[in-house]
Amino acid sequence: MSERIREKLNILADAAKYDVSCSSSGSNRKNTNKGLGDASSSGICHTYTADGRCVSLLKILLTNHCIFDCAYCVSRKSNDIERAAFTVEEVVSLTMNFYRRNYIEGLFLSSGIFKNADFTMERLLKVVKKLRLEENFNGYIHLKTIPGASEELITEAGMYADRMSINLEMPTESGLKLLAPDKSHQEVIDPLTLVQNQIVQFKEEKKLIKSVPKFVPAGQSTQMVIGATPESDKDIMHTAAAFYKNLGLKRVYYSGYIPISNDSRLPVIGTQPPLIRENRLYQTDWLMRFYGFNVNELLNDANPHLDVDIDPKLSWALRNLQYFPVDVNVASYKMILRIPGVGVSSAKKIVQARKFGRLRIDQLRKIGVSFNRARHFMQCADTPPQLRDYQSTQIKSFILAESESKYKKSTNNQLILF
Amino acid sequence: MRITYIYDGSLEALLTGVFEWFERKPGPVQLRNSNLHQPDAFLEEFTVVADRAKADRVWSALQKKLDRGWMRRIYCAFLSEQPDVQQHLFDLVCYLFQNEKGAENNFGNEHVLAVSQSAKKVEREKHRMEAFIRFQETAEGMFYCGIDPDFNVLPLISNHFRKRYADQQWIIYDLKRKYGLYYDLSTVEEIEMELSPEALKPNVGAGILSGKEELYALLWKDYFNSTNIPARKNTKLHVQHVPKRYWKYLTEKQP
Repeated sequence: MSERIREKLNILADAAKYDVSCSSSGSNRKNTNKGLGDASSSGICHTYTADGRCVSLLKILLTNHCIFDCAYCVSRKSNDIERAAFTVEEVVSLTMNFYRRNYIEGLFLSSGIFKNADFTMERLLKVVKKLRLEENFNGYIHLKTIPGASEELITEAGMYADRMSINLEMPTESGLKLLAPDKSHQEVIDPLTLVQNQIVQFKEEKKLIKSVPKFVPAGQSTQMVIGATPESDKDIMHTAAAFYKNLGLKRVYYSGYIPISNDSRLPVIGTQPPLIRENRLYQTDWLMRFYGFNVNELLNDANPHLDVDIDPKLSWALRNLQYFPVDVNVASYKMILRIPGVGVSSAKKIVQARKFGRLRIDQLRKIGVSFNRARHFMQCADTPPQLRDYQSTQIKSFILAESESKYKKSTNNQLILF
Repeated sequence: MRITYIYDGSLEALLTGVFEWFERKPGPVQLRNSNLHQPDAFLEEFTVVADRAKADRVWSALQKKLDRGWMRRIYCAFLSEQPDVQQHLFDLVCYLFQNEKGAENNFGNEHVLAVSQSAKKVEREKHRMEAFIRFQETAEGMFYCGIDPDFNVLPLISNHFRKRYADQQWIIYDLKRKYGLYYDLSTVEEIEMELSPEALKPNVGAGILSGKEELYALLWKDYFNSTNIPARKNTKLHVQHVPKRYWKYLTEKQP
């Protein structure tokens, strides 16, 4: 018995690990009737794998049997791998027992498509209903919406899940058609729109009637695979920006493609996953969501790709030196936030602290400003007078010379001729 | 010459100290815990005797000045137990009473910044405990975990675990500070246990564990290994997120 469950867990956790979504935040579900579990609104990462990714949810597939043959997916029909399927009881007892020992924040349940979309969605729904209704489980549940499942099933699932998601997989329609001819972006957008409209509707009703139940309180997310098809960073981030804007997504995840197939349309096995690019995309995502940048400022026709050697905020500043130096003692919060080396919490502290007197360099350093980087773009009470203006290339070389990039080793793979 | 205020290390005594300072206004004060104190013939000393009424007056006056976030910061900074932070805390409270409402936002002031940074460290340790505690189920159905956090965070994590694990009995024991929390299915109580030196470990021996414990620990280790992507190995990031001093708690890190 225990051997078989170990085997299943190994297969179905392995198949689920390429979905990078890990967040357990944003839900306000409370423990009711002395049950088990209580969502933490900030989310908790209970451990981290050796690759540095957080583990907060028990992330598994219900089964890795699948009727589709998408070239980028490890569970594709034509792939010769071991197949397995959990029973509803097995998933429930694993979740409950892991949660009781404080191993996890909850369950992330996805599945390969067996028979058809409705049949698969029904099975997923059975698991969440058993957890919520029979076991009185109030932990976090992230449920995959199965594209093509009926509206009734999706809406019912939303009553029990904290977050729902569907993966866009390829950033552009043409990329998706190349690798998964049976799929289209529209199939993803329709159910995302359905759930988003319901979320808005439930929220409206909740304002009038207090007893309206929760509906996907932590919102929706999606994921794009990076580096499997030749999209530019501009394509990727413009797609992401549109999804944030039109569908009210909480998160878009970018997953560097890890070669798992000998398909000639894809990077060969053994190719390094594009980790730096992934990192730069996440930085851009953060700049869009928390720093007030518009995606067009960061990526446009003149600059379709992000720099590898410097982060996108610094790269924007170097292209737009006309806005600098910014005087932190008078500038608006929005402008202070744009200084490279100043983050959200430092910017907030600066705006508070300057009411009590003009800020000096030593104070800024203590507040947490990364001064070696910021000093080229800002002024404060005791900034020494600068006799000449530097070009952006010079500033870049100053910053690169005194900082140690964690990617230094990998950026040097370009041959130097002279 | 700075006068030395000797106190017993409690929050009550620290606040009483503030009260006494405003009675006398002796200028800058050096705060010293009585069990670390060595008498010095050339220094002026004053022993602060913890007084509940005086401490309460200072605390409620603070509540009028500060919002809940800042009251929590002050409490967290106190729980850091570090002498230099206690000194900053004392100086901060004096500074706040000497200035208009809103002075706590002056992040250019060293005491404001030191207390808020220390509070942040304590909150981080609290969050780590919420993440890294691993319960083991004993044969009697008790879920147990021993910890030795950097700061005294038990008072901060009590609510989190009470709300979350409402249907199981649990004990979280601070092995360093020799007290723990026990939840008996209705309330959380502070307890003290007599522990033999070999029991001073996060994990208890297999003898007293429930039969299912071994299976779930094994399944969890399996899960931890299969969810890793070897092509993305990044040990530096891993250790940054899970510093080695916490590995002793983690079921998945046990051999």
